[in-house]
Amino acid sequence: MPRVAVVGAGMTRFVRRAEETGKELAWKAAKAALDSCELTLEKVDAVVLASAPDAFDGVHMKGEYLSDGAGAWRKPLIRSYVGGGSGVFAAIQGWYHVASGLFDTVLVVAEEKMSSAQPHPQGAFLTIFDNMIERPLGPNLLWIFAMEMNAYMTRYGLEKKDIALVAVKNKKNAKDHPAALLGGDITVEDVLNSEVLAWPVQRLDVSPITDGAVAIVMAAEHVAKRLTDKPVWVAGVGWHLDTAYWTDRDLHYPRYVEYAARMAYEMAGIREPRKEIHVVEPYDPFDYKELHHLEGLLLFPPGKAPEAARDGVLDRDGDLPSCPSGGLLGVGNPIAAAGLMKVAEIFWQLRGEAGARQVPGDPRCGLAQAWGDLMQVATVMVLRR
Amino acid sequence: MHPKIAVVGVGWAGFQPQTPGISYKELMFEAATRAYADAGLDPRRDVDSWVSASEDYHEGTSIFDEYIPDQLGAALRPAHTVAADGLHALATGWMLIASGVARVVAVEAHSKASDILSLPEITAFALDPVVERPLGIHPGAIAGLEADLAYSRGAFTREDTARVVVKNKGNALKNPRASFAARLSVEDVLAAEPLATPLTVLDEAPRADAAIVLVLASEDVVKALDVAPVWIRGLGWSQDAPSLETREWEEAVYAREAAKRAYQMAAIKDPATQLDLAEIDDTYSHKELLHMEALGLAAEGEAGYLVAKGYADLDGELPVNPSGGSLGWGNLLEATGLARAMEVVLQLRGEAGAHQVEGCEQGLAMSWRGLPTASGAVAIFGV
Amino acid sequence: MSSAERVVPVRGLSDSEFRSVPGTEARVRAEYSWDAGYAMGTFLKGLKEGKILATTCRTCGRTLFPPRAFCEECFRPTDGWKEVGPTGHVYTFSICYVSWDMRRLAVPEIPAVIRLDGASPGMGILHLLGEVDPSRVEVGMKVQAVFRPPEERRGAITDVLHFRPVS
Repeated sequence: MPRVAVVGAGMTRFVRRAEETGKELAWKAAKAALDSCELTLEKVDAVVLASAPDAFDGVHMKGEYLSDGAGAWRKPLIRSYVGGGSGVFAAIQGWYHVASGLFDTVLVVAEEKMSSAQPHPQGAFLTIFDNMIERPLGPNLLWIFAMEMNAYMTRYGLEKKDIALVAVKNKKNAKDHPAALLGGDITVEDVLNSEVLAWPVQRLDVSPITDGAVAIVMAAEHVAKRLTDKPVWVAGVGWHLDTAYWTDRDLHYPRYVEYAARMAYEMAGIREPRKEIHVVEPYDPFDYKELHHLEGLLLFPPGKAPEAARDGVLDRDGDLPSCPSGGLLGVGNPIAAAGLMKVAEIFWQLRGEAGARQVPGDPRCGLAQAWGDLMQVATVMVLRR
Repeated sequence: MHPKIAVVGVGWAGFQPQTPGISYKELMFEAATRAYADAGLDPRRDVDSWVSASEDYHEGTSIFDEYIPDQLGAALRPAHTVAADGLHALATGWMLIASGVARVVAVEAHSKASDILSLPEITAFALDPVVERPLGIHPGAIAGLEADLAYSRGAFTREDTARVVVKNKGNALKNPRASFAARLSVEDVLAAEPLATPLTVLDEAPRADAAIVLVLASEDVVKALDVAPVWIRGLGWSQDAPSLETREWEEAVYAREAAKRAYQMAAIKDPATQLDLAEIDDTYSHKELLHMEALGLAAEGEAGYLVAKGYADLDGELPVNPSGGSLGWGNLLEATGLARAMEVVLQLRGEAGAHQVEGCEQGLAMSWRGLPTASGAVAIFGV
Repeated sequence: MSSAERVVPVRGLSDSEFRSVPGTEARVRAEYSWDAGYAMGTFLKGLKEGKILATTCRTCGRTLFPPRAFCEECFRPTDGWKEVGPTGHVYTFSICYVSWDMRRLAVPEIPAVIRLDGASPGMGILHLLGEVDPSRVEVGMKVQAVFRPPEERRGAITDVLHFRPVS
């Protein structure tokens, strides 16, 4: 399998409502990523794009609309789409574009402008449910995550305070991220006292509606070595999509995350993920999701990730720093862009360029993961220095 | 040197203006069942990854990839969608195999266009929200503007495009999948109700429902299967500016750029002589002529003349849309490109039936993503 | 910020700026009439008759619910129909106090995944709980479907009004 590296990354600040259009957000991130490795657009062979529902931006065939902003004018462009999993999938897509031998240098762009959707971006999610047996019930996106969280808590006898630690950690980590929307110091009590939206989900358990874009540059080995003396190699990729019949699944454990992780670990030759992975960016649109995902990634046994949070293992200076970026809960959640932000964070961490967020111990192997659809899809990338 | 990757199974369902008795899932299940049977493979055991092409607003579902796995045999497997045409999905499947992450990939695309009650409004929703959409123009007008420009600059004539309709609907008479087959005259086309002048309603492909699945496999898998492989020799995709204001209107740049890449990959220097047939986008009659020129199947300004003299007929020197094309079997939205790919594969296998092109060894499939885009893809197949 | 990181500014708009910057508004007319197909069509017709139907697969022996025309595990057409429920239990639930656009609800909604008796283990469906005090809902609670009166049924999932505790 040919070696593929990430050689550059850039992103916009994440904001609640951007003045910029979606195209402009995509352009700003793409330009920042190219500048970071001193590359010009002419040297880019192909572009891949990720963006979640068209209903956010309010444009049908959003990939076509965004294409010139993403730098794809008269270049090959494909937009892949796995809901919330799209951001990390875009990097996987960039990987297979290069690994296939068809392209040497690929620009990967993820954009989301959720604020265009009125009266509330959640409206875009009303149509994700089954058109025959779910939509007529008037489902709200919070329902399904609240039910998954409940299933997780019930199965392992977890309490809300066990989970709230994740929100506290990530918002604190985000204070050091120059792109962050919601960094800050909160306490477990703040989370437990925040407005109950859909029990057990409360206001501070949830990541915010956000606009933003992220881009990375990926290159074949011979190009990567010319572009940088610090390439970060794609060691493994994995993705799995579980059945659409989500009500038939055991929601307390994300089996599809485990399968995606196993796929990536096999490719990366990882046998003991807990020992071999030094820094991890699991997907955290809700605080419980980070824990759920750490378990699915086989980094902790089922039901045991909350203990790791409590014992400080997941802190930036802990034994396995998790979401050192501040994650979706702290930096913000422009869906597809947030996933690619996790890949960018691992890139910066492995290069020792994460500034105030840098995890100690000179990490050499990191993992980014995203998740989406009807609690159904996982996308995983393992990166090595 | 690119790895050898082949189409080893094809399956389809539908190809009807409406499919009221069956859901999109059941349509996809039928196509997938046929494709796996054709390849002699069990999806739960033998297929490594799946790629499906879809657009949310054509499905009426946000994040439509949620609903693809079960009916394709892809539940709890590496599957994803591309918001693109079926040929982009085919290219994605090729890359997955070439990268080594998969050996067998199933590629799917479908249209349940009959479920959509407001397609023109949805198509218009793809226009730039700030400077184009507020004008409230019907998207069909964009096709009319493009055709009008071609006629007025003398690229081809109104009769030339009418002959494309006559040819394709005539070819469709020999294709049992083609619901819109007809024996027409040039006069019939010209006298039909106007759509967006100068185009008439007969210049536009009517929409239809279908699902298509192609199974791709690496060379080592092909050797172990009892199938006649059709090799994917070239792939390319590209797009011009999405905005109506800044794109090239006289030439289908997306087709030219996509073809350039596909020809380079397939080592094709003279497509008009090296290809034995082409299934290319004819969503509007004038598009077929623009695409023939952009693909190098006709010299600039000669496509109309060549069609008029029978060059592109089923028994011509280079049959173009021998299946009847979209004018014959319909606009299948994201599935259109994959339908063209399937036609080329069946031709190269010698299984095209009454519209078989004799002695063909290399063929081209080309898709356009439809109004209002300037985006397309090309695939070259050979035996 | 370290010099190696590339984070570029964008202008975040305040509430008032968001309302005053130039922009356009559009409401898309996106309307659909989905064909229910064989499996869902049969299921919805069953609801109209007060029956909850599942499909069966002879290969894996499962009773599949919600019903589908194919078994996704065995990848083959399903073989027959079986009536399930109307009783079952709550696998998981939420008590939802807000609407999708984040307005507080006067009466909370209680969505739940209900696992119906007679379907294979793990097979469930999304519906709402009713006729119950939210504080008394718990995982594992036995419930049963409450159908609308026959004359009000339309062959839709809402022919089941909700599930209520089995007394």
